[in-house]
Amino acid sequence: MDFINSIVNICYYLLSAFVAFVLLRNIFKSKKAQEIVLYSVMLIPFVLRVLHIK
Amino acid sequence: MSEKALSGFRITVLLIISAIMIATGIEFYNHRNFKEGTVAGPSVTSVKKLSDYSSIMKGSVNDTNVYIIDSGKPGGTALILGGTHPEEPSANLAAELIMGNVKIDSGKIMIVLRSNKSASLVTRPGDAYPLYYNIKTDWGSKKYRMGDRWSSPLDSWPDPEVYVNYPSGQLLAYMDIRNFNRTWPGRLDGLITEKTSAAFIELIKKENVDIFIDYHEAELEYPVISTIVAHQKGSDIAAMSSMMLTATEFKIGMEFSPPSLHGLSHREVGDFSDAVSLLFETPEPFLDRVRGKTNEALLLEGKDEFVMRAGEAGLLYEQIDENGWHIDTRVARQVASTQMVLDTWSDFNPDKEVRMTSLPTYSEIRENGVGSYLLNPSDYDKNLIYYE
Repeated sequence: MDFINSIVNICYYLLSAFVAFVLLRNIFKSKKAQEIVLYSVMLIPFVLRVLHIK
Repeated sequence: MSEKALSGFRITVLLIISAIMIATGIEFYNHRNFKEGTVAGPSVTSVKKLSDYSSIMKGSVNDTNVYIIDSGKPGGTALILGGTHPEEPSANLAAELIMGNVKIDSGKIMIVLRSNKSASLVTRPGDAYPLYYNIKTDWGSKKYRMGDRWSSPLDSWPDPEVYVNYPSGQLLAYMDIRNFNRTWPGRLDGLITEKTSAAFIELIKKENVDIFIDYHEAELEYPVISTIVAHQKGSDIAAMSSMMLTATEFKIGMEFSPPSLHGLSHREVGDFSDAVSLLFETPEPFLDRVRGKTNEALLLEGKDEFVMRAGEAGLLYEQIDENGWHIDTRVARQVASTQMVLDTWSDFNPDKEVRMTSLPTYSEIRENGVGSYLLNPSDYDKNLIYYE
């Protein structure tokens, strides 16, 4: 169980990193100021999680 | 907005967000890495790690310190856990007070200040929890990490859809796989909180612990409050202690641990070891959902007009007035209950006595404050300082 959970844990971190990447890409692709702010705010928890801070 | 202006806007927003991220990240990082310097009291004979009893904890964040006070005389062994739920500060403070001040005439006491250290490395910013709290002492103030009820998701993530307690099979809320008082008796190959419980069961068996005490605090809206919850093996001790304390010091009840309620220490430690298991609950208005401003003052002074109003409406299971439930009173209750329970245990089991002396009384702790009994790390040799 410990091993399986470690694999799932790594997958979740990869997912977080992927979502962070998609948000960052959308920040640069979006033409709407409101969306840029929205994606930027959403980015915070994903980056902090990937960096193992929060 | 032109493309050039949009690019400038993007960079500005990202800079602001980065500044917020760095500022908050530093706070979270510092909190997670904050070390509480603690003096091993004069009576402490050795300090072990949990991994000395169970190798699964080696290298784990929950490889906590176990302070051992051995009289060197025959008797019983008591294990006291503080910090099961680190959002309940009277637990680790009472454990620290006893560890720093107790002397024992017979038997052995083992004390843990941060049983689930992982849960003390995270708070609930969404609930406005403070990151730290400070206890005033004669030599300044001592700073402690404020924690949460559950282990940090940084140490155990993701949670399952439903937590199935092992080995009972009882279904519990998903996040309770990180709740150290729902994971007993634990699982050696489980997640970190389950492993911690399993490691403590190994400790209890290897040290032949006779009596196990787990400190807690509860919201006044919760019916299990101001009480000793006892496994059936310890019902006589709990009942006698409850009567004696109520007659002489303060009102405290006694409740039986429900046989079908699994995962809790008062049930599983009694079922899966030879130890008598007891759990103490004191009132903590900070935990009430109807509370007002959530800050360090509420945590330590326990005064809240909204909780008082809930009491006036008959919605609480414990009384509260304008004096609140101060941390000194809450710690005093834990310490006095421990003294009474171990005295009663020793009276009932003369061949397994655990006789504590020199602890301050309930009235003395309330009058002088818990800070008066905390040892100043700068007064002691570095070899006696341990970090929680």
